[in-house]
Amino acid sequence: MAERDDELRRLIRRRWQVGGALTAVMMLAYFGFILLVAFAKPFVGTLILGGRVSVGIVMGACVIVLAPILTAIYVRWANRRHDVAVASVRARLKS
Amino acid sequence: MTAVVVLASSLGKPNAVAIASFLGFVAITLVITMWAARRTRTSSQFFAAGGKISAVQNGFALAGDYMSAASFLGIAGLVSMSGFDGLIYSVGWLVGWPVITFLIAEPLRNLGKYTFADVVAYRLRQRPVRIAAAISTLTVVIFYLIAQMVGAGELIHLMFGLPYRGAILLVGGVMLLYVLFGGMIATTWVQIIKACLLLLGATLLAVLVLAQFGMNPLTLFSAARERYGDGVLAPGALVANPLEAISLGIALMFGTAGLPHILMRFYTVPDAQTARRSVAYATSLIGFFYLVTFILGFGASVLVGREAIGSVAKGGNMAAPLLAEVLGGTGFLGFISAVAFATILAVVAGLTLSGAAALAHDLWGHVVRRGNITETEQLRVARYATVGLAIVAIGLGVVFEGQNVAFMVGLAFSIAASANFPALLLSMTWRRFTTRAAVASMITGTVSTLTLILLSPTVWKDLLHHDEPILSLKNPGIITVPLSFLVAIVVSLLGREPDAETGFDDAQHRMHTGPPS
Repeated sequence: MAERDDELRRLIRRRWQVGGALTAVMMLAYFGFILLVAFAKPFVGTLILGGRVSVGIVMGACVIVLAPILTAIYVRWANRRHDVAVASVRARLKS
Repeated sequence: MTAVVVLASSLGKPNAVAIASFLGFVAITLVITMWAARRTRTSSQFFAAGGKISAVQNGFALAGDYMSAASFLGIAGLVSMSGFDGLIYSVGWLVGWPVITFLIAEPLRNLGKYTFADVVAYRLRQRPVRIAAAISTLTVVIFYLIAQMVGAGELIHLMFGLPYRGAILLVGGVMLLYVLFGGMIATTWVQIIKACLLLLGATLLAVLVLAQFGMNPLTLFSAARERYGDGVLAPGALVANPLEAISLGIALMFGTAGLPHILMRFYTVPDAQTARRSVAYATSLIGFFYLVTFILGFGASVLVGREAIGSVAKGGNMAAPLLAEVLGGTGFLGFISAVAFATILAVVAGLTLSGAAALAHDLWGHVVRRGNITETEQLRVARYATVGLAIVAIGLGVVFEGQNVAFMVGLAFSIAASANFPALLLSMTWRRFTTRAAVASMITGTVSTLTLILLSPTVWKDLLHHDEPILSLKNPGIITVPLSFLVAIVVSLLGREPDAETGFDDAQHRMHTGPPS
């Protein structure tokens, strides 16, 4: 019983770790973008692709696209791994 | 060409399509409200739609609850007038959503019932936590409401030519009908319909813009650069002060995860899995919307012109409607105007409902009645609270007529980030977190944010007309969010609360596996 409870506790800790790590990635991307905009203006304003767009616009669009991508990664992990693992521990706890 | 457009603009004149679209929206949503009213008999139905909303529905409703007219018209306007700088806001408004997915949505759904205070108070002493949470919730809701109501009055005046006070009454009145009779079920459907209309209108507009540039955004950016110079694609005056930009970023990122009307929506789905999927849909929809808005801003600056946009409304707020008129004529202008109106109604309804939940569920149910409250009484109090909040919203809309209230949305985000987010996160993740710490942190977050805003250039100098602001920072997030965390941690370490520590394992268990079946 206590052993299985430990297993559940490990899964719970794992979920906080995954959630925390993905939050850190999002924060890094976003605050990285803000810091570059604030402290590296010439770089952010550099024109690329034949002068039709700036580095900053590409970066901003990437941060926007990153948000749903990270979310999708999390949901996939949670649906396919986490839920299954929790369900199997719960089933064994009941038996 | 641009001068002709301005002279010929039908903005602010009674417009058949605008009025028809708007009346159509109100008629359909009121029919839905009548249908919802028959399904709103318990407080669970009133506050949480009985937990029967699907993931896709809640995804659209979350997007509809969140995407305000301020972000649609405001960001398109900002981009049209200052180019790249507007993108900084678009990004900021989105990045809080993954934080909700990763840290908040699932535990919240499993642990709470109607409000985020359910989660914070789960293993702590109910009354003090609920009082503090209700104070911060109501503060956020009131400031957000003021910004929406004043914005609605001005917008409708500008778009339909309706008098300001009439517009305020109309918005407050229709919203009251939705929430009072249809509760969360009606509010959810109003938000879903609004989200669809807003996404449809904005996408259509963006396709029309891109059609002028060979369907290539890069051609659009070059056209803007040719007209306004290299600066349009580079950071400008908005981030003159790096500290300010970071501070705003902190408020937007963590404030989103502490907004009571957004958090409340996670109780409308049946379980944590659905909550998780719904927030993924919402994040995609909102991200797509901000990319589209960016295209609209650039489109307006090239096709309408900054001079023309600036001459209609300061800050460029009418960029998107003017663009609609240039590309799709008066009919399209009317449709976009009606969509902007619907947008405000959906946001205001969500805000009022979350305020009513704080009053009826947290304050009346748990503080006054100490958790012993009948279903009938709970629902009755919720409806009184709704009427009260609608009156307050209308009253404040009238009081703040003509005031610059744009900063109040930022203020609401700052309070949500510093008062709600730290307490919510620590209550879920830290065993040693105590009742006193939760109360101290929520009160510190609310009071310090209000104080710093009062002393900031926005209020002290621009609003109260003092010579020099006491504080040079406009966004207090960089001070108040760490301060609230610090207060929470120090107060927790100063005194132990054995009951709270004992309850931690049970809370963790339930957060991840749901209520015992």
